[in-house]
Amino acid sequence: MALKGNLRSFSFVQLLNLIHLARKTGQLSIQGPNKQALLYFQQGKLAYASQDGQGGSLLDVLYRAKRLTPSQYRALQQRASRYTDKELGLLLVNAGYFTPSEILNVLKNAYRETVRQLFTWAEGNFEFNAQAPPPRGKILVRLGLENLIIEGARHLREWERLQQEIPTLDVALKFVDRPRTNIQDLNLSVEEWRVLSYVSPRNTLRQIANALKLSDMEIRRIVYGLIQAGLVELVRPEAKKLPEIKLAFSDRPKEERVSLLNKIIDRIRSL
Amino acid sequence: MQTVKIVVTGPFNAGKTQFIKTVSEIDVVSTDKKITSDQERVKNTTTVAMDFGRITIDENLVLYLFGTPGQRRFDFMWEILSEGMLGFIVLVDSTRPETFHEARSILETFKAFAPTPYVVAANKQDLEDAWDVEDLRIALRLGDDVKVVPCVATDKESVKKVLLELLYSILEYLEKSDRGRTKSQE
Ligand SMILES: Nc1nc2c(ncn2[C@@H]2O[C@H](COP(=O)(O)OP(=O)(O)O)[C@@H](O)[C@H]2O)c(=O)[nH]1
Ligand SMILES: [Mg+2]
Repeated sequence: MALKGNLRSFSFVQLLNLIHLARKTGQLSIQGPNKQALLYFQQGKLAYASQDGQGGSLLDVLYRAKRLTPSQYRALQQRASRYTDKELGLLLVNAGYFTPSEILNVLKNAYRETVRQLFTWAEGNFEFNAQAPPPRGKILVRLGLENLIIEGARHLREWERLQQEIPTLDVALKFVDRPRTNIQDLNLSVEEWRVLSYVSPRNTLRQIANALKLSDMEIRRIVYGLIQAGLVELVRPEAKKLPEIKLAFSDRPKEERVSLLNKIIDRIRSL
Repeated sequence: MQTVKIVVTGPFNAGKTQFIKTVSEIDVVSTDKKITSDQERVKNTTTVAMDFGRITIDENLVLYLFGTPGQRRFDFMWEILSEGMLGFIVLVDSTRPETFHEARSILETFKAFAPTPYVVAANKQDLEDAWDVEDLRIALRLGDDVKVVPCVATDKESVKKVLLELLYSILEYLEKSDRGRTKSQE
């Protein structure tokens, strides 16, 4: 089954969210107008990320993180071409240059940076391939996506998309019944906390924005982040009166309604 | 004669007309006619695209299927839908993520006004580019309690399956609610 599309209509943040919630394993490739990115996920966590083939090589990552001097870098470069990242990593650990966790942390930071750059991509065809094997010879990390998703939502500057996501401010918020994310694990901003403190079906987004002196844009961006993090959802405000709708058979006793429904079910089955 | 209605809604090109065509016993009537709305807007005419199909249940009961693009002209549609509605189906073209936003907002609109069970049908599952049902669930931000049924609107068995899933949900909802009373789904 395909998981394909363009970032124009399904943003990178939404993609990360999907991968996170569905705990997906596989390779995500994105073909931007003049650049491309390749990411690999395991059980909904980021394992590897590279853009235009760079950011992938362990040696380059260590050098850019200033964990190697230029002369160390040059010396290793000559030998490194023969090794995969995994082999090189082992070599560096055995030679006492780094501990395994130092290497993993440097890689995590680099991958995080790659992901951050992807937040700025407004378009690009993406494809998720669950069959693809992990990138060969690369060191894989386990980086939870929750905070990246929140960060990404903050980056979302496009007014239009926010407007699409939250078309009206005359809606309210409620906490989701069974949040899939633990709120303690999130690095929420002060503004996000402040909005959270107003979550109630009685407060519309407009009222919250007024109370906190946030612009339409700011309240949308914050609420969007909270929704993407799986903490809250939009609900219709409690006070609003709805036009009555008269459901089929609503004036009949329950037994009769059930029997009418069963009649319809039998008929559809027999079509 | 008693009539009941099931509403089939969703973005343009999702497959609503096809869905109804596949199971309707009459040729689907697709309106594209001018409709004059109520008092304040007597001079305004609006084009409303609606499909209309029928399944006779027995000599006393007829099921109508209404296809409507949702959202726009909701107030007008309301007149037609507000009596005898059983539930609704939101059709989504599983191959076109660019329509998921709209599908989501149509769903929200209907949910807000019709406290009745619904299912989401992930249509065009026969196409190679179709998104998986579970991915769609997340993309549309649907909870685990919402049925997302794979669908191929050109296939009768598949359409029947979607209708049945909705009817089972309605039955369950009835069993849970108080005697003869209707409670909001939420
Ligand atoms: N392959 C495939 N095509 C479909 C399916 N359902 C509808 N279509 C096609 O999609 C297009 C739009 O369908 P239509 O019923 O007119 O969509 P509507 O705008 O929602 O009424 C038509 O060309 C249909 O033949 C399906 O399940 N599979
Ligand atoms: Mg149509």
